[in-house]
Amino acid sequence: MEPIQIVFLIGAALVVVSAVMVVTRRNLIHAALYLILTLFGVAVIFVLLQAYYWAVIQVVVYIGAIAILIIMAIMVTRDVTGETVEPFNRNLIGAALLGVMAAGVLIWSLSDWPGFSALAPAAETGEIVVQDLGVQLFSAEGYLLPTILASVLLLAALIAAIRIAFPNETEEDN
Amino acid sequence: MIPLSWYLILAAILFGVGLFGVLARKNVIAILLGIELMLNAVNINLLAFWRYLTPEDVTGQIFTVMVFVVAAAEVAVGLALVISVWRRRATAYADELDLLKW
Amino acid sequence: MELNDLLIWLLPVPPLLAFFVILLLANRSNRASWMIGVGAAALSFLGSMVVFVRALGTEHLGEHPLGSSLDWLPLNGGFFRIGVMVDPLSAVVLFFVAITVLMIFIYSVGYHNWGQPKGDHDQKGLPPHGATVEVHGHKHVVPSIEPMFARFFAFIGLFAFGMFTLVLADNLLLLFIGWEIMGLCSYLLIGFWYGKPSARDAMIKAFMTTRVGDVFMLLGIALLYTTTGTLSFRAILFDESVLTVLASADSHVLGFSVAGLAGILLFIGTVGKSAQFPLHVWLPDAMEGPTPVSAMIHAAAMVSAGVYMIIRMFPLMAAGMDHGHLTSPMLAMAAIGAFTALFAATIALAQNDIKRVLAYSTISQLGYMVAALGIGAYVAAAFHLVTHAFFKALLFLGSGSVIHGMEHGVLHTSNHHVDPQDMYNMGGLRSKMPRTFWTFLIGGLALSGFPLVTAGFWSKDEILADAWAHGHLIVFAFLAIAAFLTAFYTMRQITLTFLGKPRTKEAEHAHETSLWMTAPLMVLSVFAIGFGWVGIPEKFPILGGFSNNWFHHFIGHSLPEWLYAEAPEFSWVPLGVSLVVALGGLGLGYLVYRNVPSAEEDPLRKALGPLHRVLQNKYYFDEAYDFLFIRSSRWLAEQFVFLIMDRKLIDGLLHLVARVTFWLGGIFRNYFDIPVINQFIGDTLGGAVPQWFGKQLRKVQTGVVQTYMILAMLVAFGGLFIFMFITR
Repeated sequence: MEPIQIVFLIGAALVVVSAVMVVTRRNLIHAALYLILTLFGVAVIFVLLQAYYWAVIQVVVYIGAIAILIIMAIMVTRDVTGETVEPFNRNLIGAALLGVMAAGVLIWSLSDWPGFSALAPAAETGEIVVQDLGVQLFSAEGYLLPTILASVLLLAALIAAIRIAFPNETEEDN
Repeated sequence: MIPLSWYLILAAILFGVGLFGVLARKNVIAILLGIELMLNAVNINLLAFWRYLTPEDVTGQIFTVMVFVVAAAEVAVGLALVISVWRRRATAYADELDLLKW
Repeated sequence: MELNDLLIWLLPVPPLLAFFVILLLANRSNRASWMIGVGAAALSFLGSMVVFVRALGTEHLGEHPLGSSLDWLPLNGGFFRIGVMVDPLSAVVLFFVAITVLMIFIYSVGYHNWGQPKGDHDQKGLPPHGATVEVHGHKHVVPSIEPMFARFFAFIGLFAFGMFTLVLADNLLLLFIGWEIMGLCSYLLIGFWYGKPSARDAMIKAFMTTRVGDVFMLLGIALLYTTTGTLSFRAILFDESVLTVLASADSHVLGFSVAGLAGILLFIGTVGKSAQFPLHVWLPDAMEGPTPVSAMIHAAAMVSAGVYMIIRMFPLMAAGMDHGHLTSPMLAMAAIGAFTALFAATIALAQNDIKRVLAYSTISQLGYMVAALGIGAYVAAAFHLVTHAFFKALLFLGSGSVIHGMEHGVLHTSNHHVDPQDMYNMGGLRSKMPRTFWTFLIGGLALSGFPLVTAGFWSKDEILADAWAHGHLIVFAFLAIAAFLTAFYTMRQITLTFLGKPRTKEAEHAHETSLWMTAPLMVLSVFAIGFGWVGIPEKFPILGGFSNNWFHHFIGHSLPEWLYAEAPEFSWVPLGVSLVVALGGLGLGYLVYRNVPSAEEDPLRKALGPLHRVLQNKYYFDEAYDFLFIRSSRWLAEQFVFLIMDRKLIDGLLHLVARVTFWLGGIFRNYFDIPVINQFIGDTLGGAVPQWFGKQLRKVQTGVVQTYMILAMLVAFGGLFIFMFITR
């Protein structure tokens, strides 16, 4: 077994184990901390894919922003960490079955595909790819329109989040 | 060398775990955590396909950008909703939020 | 990196550390806070002096400035380098910044009543109201310590950090960073007493107004970067070929060259920061902050930064200048500067608030510097920048001392309707507050350009001499009149405040302030006099031989070779004019205001008639801006966007859709439902079947989102199953 494969297996084990912890911990804070671990593992996978830029973004955006935001929200709704409350609803078994089925169906349906166990072609990676990505994102021949739409979406989400989370006296009266 | 299949299997497992979390957890924030896991599985897939099939093309990465954007927007709005619901109904359990029940 | 270069890098650090340490660790202890704050300022001061002395001892400092730079931002094919640089200009600016900042820090300790008891009912966000103490069974009201004492030192620490960063920057981007840090700090400090609505308004006004300028400045920086690919001062300003290209390239905007457009955009940044017409409106309102802040904003930092930036960028502004033919940015500077100098001086004539007079005089003096730079008097502008910083800091701190003394009187009489800042409530403070009086007098004389002795005379004289020598007679006339008005209102201020008899009981009970406040005044007054002597023109009768115009030779070499100009030939005309206006203004001011009992009998009011009201209301600029920008956008929002766009257009469309649907529904019911369904299927069966289905299906609607999701997943898997096995 090659060293890089061992690295992959360690990363993958980290991802899977901590992901299972995320969905099973009673204490939500613990679940969120395991989520951070999962995200780190995914960043490792990205590095193995030679998507260095995305590994950085994964750490900065997901761990730096999203995970922290989630922890903040957990703290705001503090007493729902609910260590005493049963964490799962009545659909536990059905959900578990569906989860296994989803993974199984995905793997099984892909396994017929000829490219399933392809090896990676040699390719340029790193700065040039990032530069190309930037150019493509912001050039009219590339993906400028989706970029603008994405930014509008972000803006809308920002405004919506503020509006929704803002306490509104008139509505509280109702 | 790592074959493509390894990444795809990892992504599928991660997706399944996330799906389980979304379907089975009571707490709304825990559901959001599950969604994050699923989105990460998607990202692994996208980047793996990009690296193995079209490394000279950036399309795969563009989709990753979109997934990141959607994830950020979803978390922002989702958490705002959680806080808003918490403020009004003092609960964050999905099975207690059943105003739409028959 | 050499040790000395490292020292330059470290100069801005102590105030920044002080900011964080006070904010995070020491904010409970007032004593620790001021000690950290003043200590940090003192460290920076010492370091600055070392750097300054080293700069003096360096041969050809202009060609080979001190400093070093580092790779910072990786860019396509290289790095954006960031670094520090000390050339003659920044050395001199560093000199006055370090001194004034240290003095302001020390003064603040006294100004915020260090050592006084806690107030009886002081609140955070409001100025202290005084505390009652019992001495020998006798109740006294004494000044009370500022409730947010520690916070103040944290904020001015950050402010000082911004200023040091800006002065030492070797590229426009770093300069802009320091610039914006100061913008933030001025916002925080002007609104330091956020409990006062006027202070809140002033902070927003200052921030928004300077923002207008900053946006343009950022555009200018972006333009420079896209055309030259660098922002380093050395690479742009000292490379004649770059400047020639910039000056000849067309920017496609109004026919400006790239250099012209970039220069004008940068200059608009200065218009905002240094409060030039028409963005001057924020500065007088900035007086709402504590007085050390006013001194910081008006003398040591903010407004100086604006002028410093254009002096720094002067080679760019002057790029493409033929002999005597001004470039468009220079023309803009000359016009706006000269106009502002006169315009603000006229407003200052009619103000009664001691700090507001100084605020308008600051605007006017900044106009001087801008105009000087506009006519190419590079050295004179820098000279006036330095001397002005000294005497204006002195004047502001002095006025704060006066206000403090008056507040003492107010506490004594407990008549809180008396405004301790109104000059007509003062008078005769000379004997009550001798130290403040003498230092304020020195500052005032320097501001009016009292001949031969004061620093203000030499710097102002150099500007006038430059304007005269290069034949810019309109600018010369504007500046000369402004100088006359300056002398006049300064003397008016001194006379009303310190001379004559006390006009109120409060003034009778005014009291000299502590040494914390007066000691910085004395230090600054030394510089307000002495600093002028380094720039006496060589040809000046008798005195010229002593100094050899050291300042001119030193600063002049921070310009590239091709721009360096010798000091103008000595001429009696500007000297005579500046003697006449200074002495005439001072004398007239004293004569007119010797015995004026109250604001109603202000002689100018009779002399100017209705014009006086216009001046008192600052030419109604605030009202005009309110009408032009605030009301109009509100009108647009209310009348157009809300009523027409929202209510009529968008709501109208929605209502139209609703009506059409309603109408369609009606047709459906009348022509299909009633005649066809009801007739053929009948009421009984038609009702029972849907009801049965409804009862069975409603169980699916649990209201829990996860149930729906499971259903959706099941359907998806079912679909997949069909797709994979059955349809294949």
